[in-house]
Amino acid sequence: MNLVGETLLWLADPLHWTGPDGIPTRLAQHVGLTVVVIAIASAIALPIGAWMGHTRRGEVTIATLVNGSRALPTLGLVTLFALWLGIGVRAPIIALVILAVPSIVAATYSGISSASRPAVEAARALGHTSWQTLSRIEAPLAMPTIGGGLQSALLQVVATATIAAYVADVGLGRYIFAGLKSRDYPEMLAGSVLVILLALVVTAAAAGVGRLYRRLTNPERTPE
Amino acid sequence: MNWVAANLAQVMALLFAHIAITIPAIVLSVAVAVPLGRLAHASGRARGSILATTGVLYAIPSLPLLIVIPIVFGLPLRSPATMIIALTVYGVAMLARSAADAFAAVPPDAVTVATATGHTPAGRFLHVELPLAMPVLIAGTRVVAMSTIGLATIGALIGIPSLGSLLTDGFQRGIAAEVATGIVLTLVLAAVVDGALWLTGRVSQPWSHIVRETRSASL
Repeated sequence: MNLVGETLLWLADPLHWTGPDGIPTRLAQHVGLTVVVIAIASAIALPIGAWMGHTRRGEVTIATLVNGSRALPTLGLVTLFALWLGIGVRAPIIALVILAVPSIVAATYSGISSASRPAVEAARALGHTSWQTLSRIEAPLAMPTIGGGLQSALLQVVATATIAAYVADVGLGRYIFAGLKSRDYPEMLAGSVLVILLALVVTAAAAGVGRLYRRLTNPERTPE
Repeated sequence: MNWVAANLAQVMALLFAHIAITIPAIVLSVAVAVPLGRLAHASGRARGSILATTGVLYAIPSLPLLIVIPIVFGLPLRSPATMIIALTVYGVAMLARSAADAFAAVPPDAVTVATATGHTPAGRFLHVELPLAMPVLIAGTRVVAMSTIGLATIGALIGIPSLGSLLTDGFQRGIAAEVATGIVLTLVLAAVVDGALWLTGRVSQPWSHIVRETRSASL
């Protein structure tokens, strides 16, 4: 239990709360990296998923992609890209984007393609173009499913961004790798606790945003 | 390919280490999650607390979990047991929900008939509920197997040998072929285990293709 005390002392040390290796800086890098990755992944995955869902093409391809990507070791992508692009933040960004894209594509596909058929056919009958049907009917109906996909991608990325510190000087993972290298168990444990807390806060925040969205779009429904 | 040929013994040893970590983790996940899922299906209150707990466990990032587990269980940091426990935590977190869904999908009439024909609760579970829940359970296990085999590579970061060691060692020595070998072998192992589980599903539900044919005939 001495270790727990030492970890708390490490976390309480004012020296660990300032400067380029301070907790606020590392936290900001971790969150910033996550936001950049989710933005790039969404820019790639949302149009692809929407187009495939709208045309109802490629369901088997998506299923295979999503299944295969679960076994794809992110650590392998991070190290392979780092050998190719050098030390720095570019390799983990690409690797994390590859990690995030399949779940967003799959959720967008499933949300768009399962939009109520009568609603879609009614829109067509009223003279909506293909684009109008997608943007005014299918996309709003798919929002909860797409949100779910974004949420799981966000959780995956915020957790896996820890590994970015293996090849770049960014994020809360730095404490874990620095602690492992110097066998500084309190530092390792402090870094672990910080990443776990961040992941739990992000999970709770994402669930809260989901609830808020449902309340705003469905005001007449009583909350569960 | 030259790199693999020159280091075949090391690669095979790491592949074996990877299997020795992931197969016990997958088996343990199923052994813990199936009873939990059945319990969650049986009572609403149990369902809420089981699914909430597993949801939180699933949100815990893997590398920090590997640091925390040795302290909680009093294990050495670099023990393969640490990795098996961590992978089982994720496996159970993923599978408990699909197991609860699997038992919920069992037709209630079948359960009633089994009770009426004198099955004991244990017999009913083994001979009626489990076989009927099998398709969804197998699908959930396939998901768990894929992510377990991919995730086991993370252990290399704290020094637990697996195919992940090819990723960290290849990176430190600047050998891209070694990293690529690690990635490809992980995917190949995942595909083999996935195929084996698919086959298990086919063998354990010989009636499934009949059901499918009947369904498509009635459409």
